[in-house]
Amino acid sequence: MAQTLAIRQFRFWLTNYRRTWRGSIYSSVLNPFLYLGAMGLGLGTLIDRHGTSSLGGVSYLAFLAPGLLAAAAMQTAMGESTYPVYGSVKWLKTYQAAISSPLRPADLFHGHLLWTTLRLTMNSAIFLVVMAVFGAAASPWVIVCLPAAVLTGLAFAAPIEAYAMICTKDTSFAMLFRFGIIPLFLFSGTFFPISQLPVYVRPLAYVTPLWHGVALCRSLSLGTAQLGTSAGHVGYLAAVTALGIYAGNRAYRRRLYA
Amino acid sequence: MAEPDILIRARGLTKVFGEFIAVDGIDFELSQGEVFGFLGPNGAGKSSTMRMIGCVSPRSGGELTILGLDPDRHGPAIRARLGVVPQEDTLDVELTVRENLLIYGRYFGLRRDVIRERTAKLLDFVQLTERADDEVEPLSGGMKRRLTIARSLISEPDILLLDEPTTGLDPQARHVVWDRLYRLKQQGVTLVLTTHYMDEAEQLCDRLVVMDRGKIAAEGSPRQLIETYSTPEVLELRFALEEQEQAADKLADVAAERIEVLADRILLYTADGDAALDSVRARGLEPVTSLVRRSTLEDVFLRLTGRRLED
Repeated sequence: MAQTLAIRQFRFWLTNYRRTWRGSIYSSVLNPFLYLGAMGLGLGTLIDRHGTSSLGGVSYLAFLAPGLLAAAAMQTAMGESTYPVYGSVKWLKTYQAAISSPLRPADLFHGHLLWTTLRLTMNSAIFLVVMAVFGAAASPWVIVCLPAAVLTGLAFAAPIEAYAMICTKDTSFAMLFRFGIIPLFLFSGTFFPISQLPVYVRPLAYVTPLWHGVALCRSLSLGTAQLGTSAGHVGYLAAVTALGIYAGNRAYRRRLYA
Repeated sequence: MAEPDILIRARGLTKVFGEFIAVDGIDFELSQGEVFGFLGPNGAGKSSTMRMIGCVSPRSGGELTILGLDPDRHGPAIRARLGVVPQEDTLDVELTVRENLLIYGRYFGLRRDVIRERTAKLLDFVQLTERADDEVEPLSGGMKRRLTIARSLISEPDILLLDEPTTGLDPQARHVVWDRLYRLKQQGVTLVLTTHYMDEAEQLCDRLVVMDRGKIAAEGSPRQLIETYSTPEVLELRFALEEQEQAADKLADVAAERIEVLADRILLYTADGDAALDSVRARGLEPVTSLVRRSTLEDVFLRLTGRRLED
């Protein structure tokens, strides 16, 4: 029963998406082209000229692309888990309507996580195709980047959604974006190896989920993945996701069952 | 179930928010096919009670059985058989009228063809057929409320819960909603409603409880309550402001069962309003306006609590 109830909410998001899918697909395709074109090819040509031994001897494009894939998953998660969730409880109050049906707060949460999983899969798959078009994938293992990127996204989606449920003002999201998402985007190894960071800052990068996602996707894309390290990354991301689901279950219940 | 016609039974039902006791140990029963009301001012605990019945707010104490089931353990199963019209509109204003019903029907696990069939009937019932494919956003308040009623009926519920169904509507829109609810009542649908409008309670309810500060002050049919707690007629007198106090003193010995001195008028509870007015005039008092009317639930509430319903 629990699964089928969550699926009813998943279907709601699917129905909802029918109104907005065109614009959404457009940016899902355009963004990887813009980033890989400007930074991978444009900036990359300059970097490659100076030698890429600190990148592991691969082209900047090949180094950057899997990192961006993971970072894009984080951004997708951020987009899906903030305003749509907050709006459902605060503006439209459709969540309040839904809990008068057989659905429970946790069903709404899990239904939305399922939906986010689908969005992450769509966007990551498109990103991988664009990577292939740019010739940025070095190893056939790159295909495993798809579940890796989805997991990275979920490690953000679940806790952010829990956070969205306890927020009382939407300005909280601007703060999260400014002080959370953007620093992670810039300093989690997406654009340069974190070995370039000062020694005392590096441990900070290790605890952020994005660094694990970037490292995992990059090692798969470059074909340098090792079982132990990869399992560590997956374990860490899965643990953060699980914590987020636990927190989200509580937050949904508290907000909707007063 | 021992008594299949008792749909809801509450004993000592309590809801506490921190230090605040919203619902303070109330007892009531709801029978199949009746229209049952909670009448009381804002903050009396009506909405908290409705949320507990709707299985979206766990009770803090007491017993509550809905359709023979415990809401703490069987929330989804109970909610599958309830229809809810919340106080605040919770429609998806970005979707069309028809899509709102589709989404909601799907929440109840109904098949699309079933929803389509019911949608046509329900939109006809709430007079929104012509707006079926319009977005909800631009609809008027009355239309949105009617759509919410249609939405609550999509699952063909055993009990329909309405929390302040006409609050915020203009008089004309209220009458349209009342008319629809009256038709549902005629069809034998079991309704539970909260209201702070005494005319709404009088028109729709077979039986009601008067709620005040989390407690039930009285219970009965509108007629029983009026007979028990008020007189057949009420004489309302308005005096010039500076004369009101004096007049009240002089009225003390007029043959009335009870006198209420309000801020703007004086109410004399009596069996014969015209006779009472004659005896007021016999004392040389000349009110600015006078009115003889039947007692209403407003008078019952005033008698029970010393306060007015709508402040």
